Amino acid sequence: MSTNTVPTGKPVKSVDLHIGAAEPGCKKRDPILVAEGVSRTFGGLKAVDVDHLEIPRGAITALIGPNGAGKTTLFNLLTGFDKPDTGSWTFEGKSLSGMPAYRVARMGQIRTFQLTKALSLLTVMDNMKLGAKGQIGENLFRALLPFLWRKQEEENEAKALDLLTRFKLDEKKDDYAASLSGGQRKLLEMARALMSDPTLVMLDEPMAGVNPALTQSLLDHILNLKAEGMTVLFVEHDMQMVRHIADWVVVMAEGRVVAEGDPHEVMKNQAVIDAYLGQHHDEDLGADTEHVEAIKELLDDNL
Amino acid sequence: MIDWGAIFSNAAVELISPTTAAYALAALGLAVHFGYTGLLNFGQAGFMALGAYGYAISILTFGFPVWGAVLVGIGASVVFALILGIPTLRLRADYLAIVTIAAAEIVRLLFTTNSFASVTGSANGLSGYKLGFAALNPIPEGTYGFGPFENNAYDWWLRIVAWTAVVLIALFTWQVMRSPWGRVIKGIREDEDAVRALGKNVYAYKMQSLILGGVYGTLAGMIFALPRAVVPSNYQTSLTFFIYAILLLGGAATILGPIIGSMIFWVLLSFFSGFIARAVEAGWLPFMTNIQAGQLRFILVGVAIMLIVIFRPQGIFGNKKELAFVH
Repeated sequence: MSTNTVPTGKPVKSVDLHIGAAEPGCKKRDPILVAEGVSRTFGGLKAVDVDHLEIPRGAITALIGPNGAGKTTLFNLLTGFDKPDTGSWTFEGKSLSGMPAYRVARMGQIRTFQLTKALSLLTVMDNMKLGAKGQIGENLFRALLPFLWRKQEEENEAKALDLLTRFKLDEKKDDYAASLSGGQRKLLEMARALMSDPTLVMLDEPMAGVNPALTQSLLDHILNLKAEGMTVLFVEHDMQMVRHIADWVVVMAEGRVVAEGDPHEVMKNQAVIDAYLGQHHDEDLGADTEHVEAIKELLDDNL
Repeated sequence: MIDWGAIFSNAAVELISPTTAAYALAALGLAVHFGYTGLLNFGQAGFMALGAYGYAISILTFGFPVWGAVLVGIGASVVFALILGIPTLRLRADYLAIVTIAAAEIVRLLFTTNSFASVTGSANGLSGYKLGFAALNPIPEGTYGFGPFENNAYDWWLRIVAWTAVVLIALFTWQVMRSPWGRVIKGIREDEDAVRALGKNVYAYKMQSLILGGVYGTLAGMIFALPRAVVPSNYQTSLTFFIYAILLLGGAATILGPIIGSMIFWVLLSFFSGFIARAVEAGWLPFMTNIQAGQLRFILVGVAIMLIVIFRPQGIFGNKKELAFVH
């Protein structure tokens, strides 16, 4: 646990996001993403079963929960990478149900992956340029006529270089992405997502497998996204991270949303403690020390 | 004694032969499929058969002009690519491999079956479709060239057309692969989900790639058919594997690789076959008959290709960092 990692900038918390009590499925003042009755089963296992969920605009929302809670499955459903059994959801008021992943991305809802998908045998710069939207030269016939797309290509290159500089990857721009470290790949994936000027950035465990020094810079970058007006939804295990940067926390367990609320408040919720410790947490927990540590840390911090 | 001059001369003939050009084109098609897009097409022989038969049948049965016959062949391969691609391109990569290898065999067996003998010539195949192409020849009658590269007017015309096609298609491929379109294609090779998450219609790109490389294979089939007859047994699965051998020899994600790879493949094949045949005649290999010797050349070519794949997995022109044999 990288307990001492804090963002260097002072996070500006967004407050007053919800209407009414902070309970699972509560209404938001300005939701960007609204999901209704989304469920997905794998065989006999109900991986996701969300009655109602709203993601507030312009804030950083963390999606937390123990392993197997269905966080990544929900991510896959919302981004069109998987099809739900039931349910519908809207992004900026437009229905996204059944829409293929590439069209979801074009609407401005861009995701990253838990296991980074840097395109290893493309250069860092090519990785970046691939992220840009509406490229003229991506049509096979127009590809033959470079004068049609050369100007746009130069603009994209300038934009990519600017982003790479921000993410401190500019010196690597001509290297193959395969030569980057795990953390740098996470940064590249995030920078690449920004090439399309998304409105909602969905990060699946952005901090997993990243060393503490890079974690710090990743946190700063996530805060910057908000500062630039983007909405962020991210999946994370590490409570410490969540508390530092998230404005709103959604807790999932066994496919359901069990709690929602301000990061400091939500950790005291009995449902969350049950979710993390199991419902029999009074009994001997055996080897599950990781979650016990996590929850102890939470309680220490809050009490 | 062995006539080394004849062996080398016969090998040199293959350097610019139309067959070499046809294999180079078919291998360029596989470079688009496998090297750039990561599609495992094991049915390139099927695309070539469609080109050869499409051309020959259009002329012999329907009396089409040359350009019409070429278009029929291209159209057939586009339809074939759609039939292969629509059900399989959404699935994992290996499904395309299974479907293409089977579909190419179906195509070959349809051309072999007696039911359509009046159109396809069944196992005997088709011939007599070259007049239209020969009539377009602007080169006056006579023999031109020197040494191993001495040919009559028709053979020069065929070589010029074949290699012009190779050069034009190589330039086309080079241009599209360095464009944003090519970047998406190479991204799909690396990880199609990542490309999908960036808002690209991966399915449509894979389909375009399958059609493009398939059309290259079809044109290759036509060039392959022009110096000989169209016989179904020429389009067996082994043809696809020879073309893969050429591709890996030259470098899978390269433009020059398939072309130079084809030249090396054919020159080596001709050299080994000439050398072994004469060595058997000269009594150097007393344990071998002429028929066995005919097969030995493939073994030697196989060994040569194995050595290249082991010691230079990216091929001759491949960039070791960009594309190793397995990626």
